[in-house]
Amino acid sequence: LQVDLWQPSSPSHIVEGAVADVRVPRNTTRSLLPYLQQANIPYTILISDLQQAIENQTGGRPHRNRRSLSGYNYEVYHSLDEIEDWMHYLNRTYSDLVHMFSVGKSYEGRSLYVLKLGKRSRPYKKAVWIDCGIHAREWIGPAFCQWFVKEALQTYQTDPDMRRMLTQLYFYIMPVFNVDGYHFSWTNDRFWRKTRSKNMRFHCHGVDANRNWKVKWCDEGASLHPCDDTYCGPFPESEPEVKAVAHFLRKHRKQIKAYLSFHAYAQMLLYPYSYKYATIPNFNCVESAAYNAVNALQSAYGVRYRYGPASSTLYVSSGSSMDWAYKNGIPYAFAFELRDTGHFGFLLPEMLIKPTCTETMLAVKNITLHLLKKCH
Amino acid sequence: DIDDVGHKYYLELELEDVLDRGRSVSCTAEVLYHLGSTTSAPDVQVTVQGELRSTEEADKEFYNRIRSLEKELVAENIPDSHGNVPPELEPIHLLAWVASGYVIWQNSTENTKFHLAQVKHVKQVKRSDEDLQFDYVVLLHEMVSQEVLPWQVTVLWHPQRGARVSQ
Repeated sequence: LQVDLWQPSSPSHIVEGAVADVRVPRNTTRSLLPYLQQANIPYTILISDLQQAIENQTGGRPHRNRRSLSGYNYEVYHSLDEIEDWMHYLNRTYSDLVHMFSVGKSYEGRSLYVLKLGKRSRPYKKAVWIDCGIHAREWIGPAFCQWFVKEALQTYQTDPDMRRMLTQLYFYIMPVFNVDGYHFSWTNDRFWRKTRSKNMRFHCHGVDANRNWKVKWCDEGASLHPCDDTYCGPFPESEPEVKAVAHFLRKHRKQIKAYLSFHAYAQMLLYPYSYKYATIPNFNCVESAAYNAVNALQSAYGVRYRYGPASSTLYVSSGSSMDWAYKNGIPYAFAFELRDTGHFGFLLPEMLIKPTCTETMLAVKNITLHLLKKCH
Repeated sequence: DIDDVGHKYYLELELEDVLDRGRSVSCTAEVLYHLGSTTSAPDVQVTVQGELRSTEEADKEFYNRIRSLEKELVAENIPDSHGNVPPELEPIHLLAWVASGYVIWQNSTENTKFHLAQVKHVKQVKRSDEDLQFDYVVLLHEMVSQEVLPWQVTVLWHPQRGARVSQ
C-alpha cells in the first residue's frame, strides 16, 4: 500500500501521537480506511476530491472572468478612477503590506498616488522605485504596475522569492505617473503622450514628462517647441508631476537602490545613458543584470527583448527620468519598453496583458534578486 | 556611401506571415536614400526568395462580401482603444497596413521609423469598374519625434490586380 506523504516532510518524522497527512488515489481508500479502523488510528478526510479542488482554484474559466483580490480584473485596461479606487481598496485591506500616500498634485489638481509595498520587518530597508505611465498613451505600463502589486500580494506567502523581496525591500509603486495625460487619453485623445500643462504663448498643451528632468536638459533628442511631442518644457522640473517625484526620489536617494520605469512600445530593456554615447561606471553590474533579466523574460513565451544603453539601443534623448535617477546616485536605473514592436503599438489588445505582464514579472524579479546580491 | 548620390543599404530580411505564424520567407532588398533630399522617397528593390501563400479564396470571399453590401462600408478606430478589431473588419485593417506601407515608404528617411498606429476612419467609395475603393485616414506613429499624425490614403483593390494607392 503506497501513500503520498504530505505531512510531515519525511517518514522518519512520523511519531506516535503526531498528525500525518497523506494523499491516496480514490481506489486505494478501499483498503486504507479499513486498515486505519482496524489499527485504531483516528482519521478525518480533509479533501475528498483533490482534482476538483485544484480545478476550482485555477483553470476552467475564460480570461475575462479571471478575478482575484475582490473581483478586480487585471486583464483589462482601467480608467484613472478605477485605478485610484483599487489603490484605496488595497490600502484598507492589506494594511500590513500596503501603504498608499501622495507625493504631490498634478497640473490639473489630481493627487499623485504611490503605493509602498513590503513587510515592516525591520526599521531600515532598502527600496526599489517603479513607475508606470509617464507617457499617457502607453496603457500597458499602468497595467503592469497593477499586475506587479497583485502578484506581490497574492504570492508573497507561497513564493520564496517574492517573500524575500517583500521582507528585505520596500517597493514604491506609482501606477500612473502622468495622471492628467492618462485621463485625457481615455476621454479625448487615445494617442496623447505629454502632460496637460497649458502653454503661455502657443495653443498647444503639455510637456514630455520624460524630457523634463534636470539632466542635460533639452539637449539632443528633445524639442524646444511647445507643440512637439518631445517638448522639454520651459525649464527643468517645470511639470509638477516631475517636480514631485524628483523631490521624493532626492529625499530617499540613500534608500532607493533601483529605479524602474515602464514604457511602451519596442520590447527593450534600457539603461543609462540616454543623453550621450558613453559607458556608465558600473557597466559590468548593470549589463549583467540586464542580460539575465532579458533571458528570464524570454523564458516565459520566447519573446525577445533587446537591451543596452538607451542612446545606442533606442535613440538619444535628454532630460529623461532614468538618466536623472542614475545621476542622483541610484545604481540600477532601467527603462522598460514593453510589447510589442509596432504591430499593435500603443493599442496592445487586452488579451495580451497577461502574457506581457507575466514575462515582465520574471525580468523585474530577476533584477530585484540581482540587486540583493550586492554588485553595485 | 555613394559619393554625390546618397547611402545604399543591402538588407537580408525574413518575412513572417502575420496570419500564418511559423511560416516565413526570405528576401533581399537594396535601399538607396538620396543625398540631402527630403522630397524624394528612397529607391527600393526587393527580391522575394520563395513563395507567398495563396490567398485566392479569402480574397474572393472578401471581394464578394464588400460588393454585395447595400450601403458603403464605413468604420473608425481600428483597432479600438483597447486593441480590439471586429473579425469582419480584419481585412480592412490588413489593407490599411498595405496603404500605410506606401505612405511610410514615400516619407521615410534614414532618421525616421514609422508604424501604423490606428485606422482613424475608413470609407468605401462605390465604383463603376471592378475595383474596390477605400478612402482611409490612418494615424502613423513616428518613433524618433514620437508624433502620431494623420494621413489620407485612397486604396484601390481587386483580387487579381492587388492593391494600388492612388494619390
